[in-house]
Amino acid sequence: MEGKNLKPLSTVKAGETVRLVSINAGRGLNSRLASMGLVPNVKLTVVNNRHPGPFIISVKDSKMMLGRGIAHKIIVL
Amino acid sequence: MKKIAVAIAGNPNSGKTTIFNMLTGAHQHVGNYPGVTVEKKEGLCKYKGYEITVVDLPGTYSLTAYSIEELVARNFIIDEQPDVVVDIVDASNIERNLYLATQLIEMNVPLVLAFNMSDVANQKGLVFNLEQLSELLEAKIVPTVGNKGEGKVELLDAIIATVQQGKVKRTHRISYGEEIEEELAKIETVITDNEGQLTEKYSCRWLAINLLEEDRDITAKVKSREVLDVAKGGAEHVKDIFGDEPEIIMADRRYGFISGACQETIRSTVESRHSKSDIIDAIVTNRLLGLPIFLILMYLVFQLTFSIGTYPMSWLEQLFGWAGKAIAGLWPTGSEHWLKSLLIDGVIGGVGGVVAFLPNILLLFLAIAILEDTGYMARAAFIMDRIMHRIGLHGKSFIPMLIGFGCSVPAIMGTRILENRRNRFTTIMVIPLMSCGARLTIYALVIPAFFPEKLRGPMLWLIYLIGILLAIISAKVLRLTVFKGETTSFVMELPPYRMPTLKGICIHTWQRGWLYLKKAGTIILAISIILWAAMSYPKPSSESLMGLNSEQVQQAKVAYSVAGRIGRAIEPALAPLGFDWKIGTALIGATAAKEVFVSQLAIVYAVGSADEGLQTLREQLQANYTPLTGFCIMLFCLISTPCVATIVATKTETNSLGWALFQFAGLTTAAYVITFIVYQMGSLLF
Repeated sequence: MEGKNLKPLSTVKAGETVRLVSINAGRGLNSRLASMGLVPNVKLTVVNNRHPGPFIISVKDSKMMLGRGIAHKIIVL
Repeated sequence: MKKIAVAIAGNPNSGKTTIFNMLTGAHQHVGNYPGVTVEKKEGLCKYKGYEITVVDLPGTYSLTAYSIEELVARNFIIDEQPDVVVDIVDASNIERNLYLATQLIEMNVPLVLAFNMSDVANQKGLVFNLEQLSELLEAKIVPTVGNKGEGKVELLDAIIATVQQGKVKRTHRISYGEEIEEELAKIETVITDNEGQLTEKYSCRWLAINLLEEDRDITAKVKSREVLDVAKGGAEHVKDIFGDEPEIIMADRRYGFISGACQETIRSTVESRHSKSDIIDAIVTNRLLGLPIFLILMYLVFQLTFSIGTYPMSWLEQLFGWAGKAIAGLWPTGSEHWLKSLLIDGVIGGVGGVVAFLPNILLLFLAIAILEDTGYMARAAFIMDRIMHRIGLHGKSFIPMLIGFGCSVPAIMGTRILENRRNRFTTIMVIPLMSCGARLTIYALVIPAFFPEKLRGPMLWLIYLIGILLAIISAKVLRLTVFKGETTSFVMELPPYRMPTLKGICIHTWQRGWLYLKKAGTIILAISIILWAAMSYPKPSSESLMGLNSEQVQQAKVAYSVAGRIGRAIEPALAPLGFDWKIGTALIGATAAKEVFVSQLAIVYAVGSADEGLQTLREQLQANYTPLTGFCIMLFCLISTPCVATIVATKTETNSLGWALFQFAGLTTAAYVITFIVYQMGSLLF
C-alpha cells in the first residue's frame, strides 16, 4: 500500500509537505543529511522547486538548499 | 591565576562567532589547525581570577569523520581535552542544534550549553523550562544573546562551575533501543577486554557507538581483531533488522531523544506564521528578481571596495611618498647611496605598493562580513549556483571571482567562504585570470598607443572577456583533472536573516586586514628587496655613463643590471611572442606588481617618470612595435605570472607552496602558449 506513493523528493511541488522514507545518496552524504535532521519519518516542506536549479526545503525550523541530484535520491511519502 | 581551556562548538549559523567575540573581545589570534586549511581562532579572557583560553572550533552539524571540519573539531576535543566544551545552540532552532550536543554528551565531555539568540526564540513564542532540560541533558544551560552581549557573566560562571565540578559520570543516556543497545553492550565488553589503551583517551560507550556506526577514523584506531569482528557483526545485525545503515538509525534515535526532551520542556505560545525571513526570501530568491538584486548588491560591493577605497588609498600613497622624501632628505641631493635607493625604491616602493591596497581589502572584507552575517551569502550562492555549476564551481565562487577584477589578493583570501576544498582551490587557481586593477594601467598605456579612438573601448572589453573565458575554461579543465570529483556537500543551510553587529563586523574585518599587513611586512618585503636588487645591480662603471643625460643613465643602468641581463638572456625565448629584451625586463619587474611594467618600460625607454612621459612612452611603443605586439603584451600580462602578492596569497590560503608554484607555472605556460599562437597567427594574417 505504501509502496505506491513513494516518490523522489524532486517531484514534490513547492508548498507540499511530505514524510521522509529513505535517502540513497551514499554513506557520507546520508550521514551528513541525517545530522542536519533529515532522518526517516521527519516531515519536510518543499519551499522552492524551480526547474532547473537547486531546491529549497524546510525541515525542523531550518531551511536547506539541496542540489537537484540529491533531491532525486531522497525518497518521500 | 588558574588556567582554564574552553572549546566552543556549535552548528554553522548558531552565532558561535558572536559568543566567541563576546567572551574574548579583541584578544584574538587567527591561525590554522596544523596541517589543514581550517581556520583556528583562539582568544583570551580573564574572569574572577581565571585565565580562560577560548578556542573557536569549526562550525559543524555533527562530529562524524566525513568532513575535515568535523574531524578537526572532534580531534581537538579528544586530543586537547579542553576543561569545558561550550556548545552554542541556536535557541530558535533547537532540535537540529541539539543534535551536536547529544554527540558531545556521548563523548562525556564537561559541557555547557549556551542557548543563543534566546531573544529570537522568545519572539517566536518559545518558552523553555531550562531547569528540566538541563537535568535531562546533564549540562548547565545559559541563555545568551551573543550579538547584544547578554549572558556573558552567566556563561562564564557556568563554565567555572562546570570546571570545579570536574568530570561527572552521566546517568541518563540516549537509548538506542533494545537491539542496538545489545550490540553496543557486546562491543563495550570486548573493548574493555582488548583495548585498554584506547579507553584511557576515549569513553568506552562513545567508542562502541562509533564502531557500530562504522566510523572510519575510529575503526582505523582499533587494533584488536576481536573488537573489529564484534563491531562488524553488530553493524550487519542492525542492518538486517532495520534495513538501513546503523548510523542512520542511530541519528534517528538521537533526534528521537531530542524530540522527547523538547516536548517535555519547551512550549510554543504562538502559532508559527510567516517569518520576516520568509518574506525577504520570497523577494531575493524570486525567479525574476533574484538575479538583478544579486547583481545590484555585487555592484555595490565592488563600488564600495574600489571607489571609496581610492581616497584612503591615495592618502596612504601620499604618506609613503612623503616618507620617501623624508628619507631622501637624510642624504645630500643627488646622492647615489645604496641604502637610500634600497629604502626608497625597494622597501617603500615595494611594501608601500602593497600596503596601499589595505583600504580596499578592509572595505571588501567589511562588505563580505555584512553579506555573511546577515545571511544573504547563502542566498547569493543559491542564485548563482545554476550558472556556476556548469563550470563545476559552487555558487559562492562567484563572489571572490568578481572581487578579482579589483585585486587578486583579497579575492584569494575571500575564497574562505567556500567550504569545499576542491571548489576553493579551483577558484583560487583561476582568480588571477580576472583582470585586476593593476593590469588596467598596462592596458591604459598600450591601447591608446596602438588603437584608434573608436576601437579602444571594444579592445579593453575584449581583453577582459578573454580573461573571463579563460577562467571558465581553466575551471572546467581543473575540475575534470586535478580537482576531479563531485561538487559535494551541495547541501547548505539557508540561515534566517539577522542584523549583523558592528563589533562582529569590525573584528572580522580587522583580522583579515591584519593577516594581509603581516604578509606585506614579511614575505612581500623580502621579495621587493630582491627585485629591487635585481633592477639596480650590478652598476655600470661611471666612465661608461659619461656624457649621457639622466634618462639615458637610468636606461644604461637597467640594461646593465641583473634584470636587464635576464631580459636579454630570455629575448630569444620571447622573440616568437613578438617581445624584445626591453619588454622582457619590464615583465620581470611586473612580477613585483603588475603596474611596475609601465614604470619599468618608461625606464628602459628612458622617457623619465612614467606619469609625465606616458605620452612619450606611447610614441616610443608606436615607433618600435606593431599593434599585434601591443595586443600580445596585454594578452601576456593578462594571463601570465601572477604578481608576488598573489603568489604569496595562494601559498598562504592553500597552505602549500606547491599549489602556488602550480598556479605560477600553469598561468605562465598558458600565457606563453596562447600569446605564441596569437602572435604567429597574427603575423601570418597581417
